[in-house]
Amino acid sequence: MGQNMKILVAVKRVVDHNVKIRIKSDSQSVDKDNVRMSMNPFCKHALEEAVQIKESGKADEVVAVCVGSKKASDVLLTALAMGADRAILVQSDAELETLVIAKLLQKIVEQEKPDLVLMGKQSVDIDASQTPQMLAGLLDWGQATFVCKIGIDGKKLTVTREVDYGLQELSLNLPAVISADLGLNKPRNVALPMVMRAKKKPLNIFQVADFEVDISSRLKIEKISEPPTRSGGKNITSIDELVDEIKIISDKLEMVK
Amino acid sequence: MSILILAEYNENILSSSTSRLVGAAKKIGGEIDVLIVGDDVKNLAQQLAKIAGVNKVLLANDRVFKHQKADVLCKILKDIIIPYSHFFASSNSVGKAVIPRLAAELDFMPISDVMFIHSKNKFDRPIYAGNAIETISTKEKKILATIRSSAFVPVEQGNDAKIENVKIGEIKSKVEFIKSTNVNSDKVDLSTAAIVVAGGQAFESKENFQMLYELADVLNAGVGATRAAVDLGFAPNEMQIGVSGKIIAPELYIAIGISGALQHLAGISGAKKIIAINSDADAPMMKQADVALVGDLKTILPELIKKLAQ
Ligand SMILES: Cc1cc2nc3c(=O)[nH]c(=O)nc-3n(C[C@H](O)[C@H](O)[C@H](O)COP(=O)(O)OP(=O)(O)OC[C@H]3O[C@@H](n4cnc5c(N)ncnc54)[C@H](O)[C@@H]3O)c2cc1C
Repeated sequence: MGQNMKILVAVKRVVDHNVKIRIKSDSQSVDKDNVRMSMNPFCKHALEEAVQIKESGKADEVVAVCVGSKKASDVLLTALAMGADRAILVQSDAELETLVIAKLLQKIVEQEKPDLVLMGKQSVDIDASQTPQMLAGLLDWGQATFVCKIGIDGKKLTVTREVDYGLQELSLNLPAVISADLGLNKPRNVALPMVMRAKKKPLNIFQVADFEVDISSRLKIEKISEPPTRSGGKNITSIDELVDEIKIISDKLEMVK
Repeated sequence: MSILILAEYNENILSSSTSRLVGAAKKIGGEIDVLIVGDDVKNLAQQLAKIAGVNKVLLANDRVFKHQKADVLCKILKDIIIPYSHFFASSNSVGKAVIPRLAAELDFMPISDVMFIHSKNKFDRPIYAGNAIETISTKEKKILATIRSSAFVPVEQGNDAKIENVKIGEIKSKVEFIKSTNVNSDKVDLSTAAIVVAGGQAFESKENFQMLYELADVLNAGVGATRAAVDLGFAPNEMQIGVSGKIIAPELYIAIGISGALQHLAGISGAKKIIAINSDADAPMMKQADVALVGDLKTILPELIKKLAQ
């Protein structure tokens, strides 16, 4: 083993963020058959950061892990093409809750013993923003969420977080869990030759059943429904009309005050 | 049934979101307590005691709670939440960092970003950037959730609830605060402003973006931005509206030079009225808007500001 860090990056396969989703007629799920799936954008930022850290000479190995169906190996192939050294698929055909995923990732962390876990701050399907914080809690590690900048000095990290009231800079010791925000970096595009090379890199597949984790759901999806739609409005053509439209509201608010 | 709410504040100013969370908790019923955790926040506890419907205020006041670090909060919350059936925090950067970690440590499955409460254990939350709404129920013995505060109405003032100090043992954080660019609170709070004006990539520069502040001044409005405008450095990150930024529900939202990507629209679905100004009549934002004006923001904005100021 080298002197440097080992980084584990968790990546998720989701409906591509450009796809207009369709709710299935049973109102129980969103249609994922025959729609474009891809790596969750926030996970891409996490992976890019790990690869850049390795390229800067501060990490020896980047391992990508995904909890998902057999099909999720396509996302892991993308991760390998982007520069991960090896990949792990924890295969589950059922959809798992964030807490279960965090527990499975905890098992992988115990196996792999990374110094740093990088993850996306949320996934664009369920938008929960939970798993990284859960994993940090289960491991009793330090956490930094919504991170847009990472500096590394030996076993110490300096991170900048995007928070509600501006930017916050923290320092924390390894091991730690960090969740990536969009400002962290610009993920590279993968060209075909990179994908071809990636196919030669190792991909280990485990089954969820290989780990002693209770995978049953705690929440019940009662239904999935369409949000209320806005009915289109009117077009105006002059600034005077615009002023009137604004004043209808601003005058009313003035009265309330 | 008893509900504990984590109070939200910045520096020394309470956010109205706490009062909104009390409003949300009232939909469930039972006793409602509010907890404030911080350094030098006794005066905020006194303000919280005035919120109607609050049974008591718990005050955890200690240097270690400065900056509300997630791991430190989890350490005291583990004990504090024992008697409660529900623990709510608003889905802001503190709540989102704390609730999932705490839930995992206690082996509960939490719920994020609740936007509607059906009953004590049935909630609505948005998925796919608000393009679908998930109704979920839970059988967890303790319900930990982050609440979208803008989806709930604040309760009135008028109370004199008792304030109780929380015992604090030896606590250490794994993270160390270095600094923050905490924005000055003399600006109108974007999260709860009645009018919000927002701009996008089309502003082309930070200098042009200043027009938006001028417009906001005239209207006493909050100022927002798209991710693209943040990435280009026209606006700071805390002004980002959308699925990965702030979720707002103003009476009036004025979108200027914003295309209306679904990730952005996710942040404004609660807006009562939308006015859009865009050079492209077919931009998705123009289709969403109640009132749409086609034109160049660089000519429209100066004239609009002048006319409104009259
Ligand atoms: C995972 C993920 C999460 C994201 N989260 C968010 C989020 O939370 N919030 C967010 O905002 N975005 C988010 N985005 C980005 C989002 O997809 C869009 O790229 C972004 O919102 C576009 O910003 P914009 O409208 O400023 O720019 P553009 O899409 O480039 O639109 C510019 C608009 O300005 C108009 N225009 C140009 N010149 C003029 C002029 N002179 N006068 C008037 N109008 C003019 C154009 O017609 C166009 O409609 C996210 C993206 C991803 C992948």
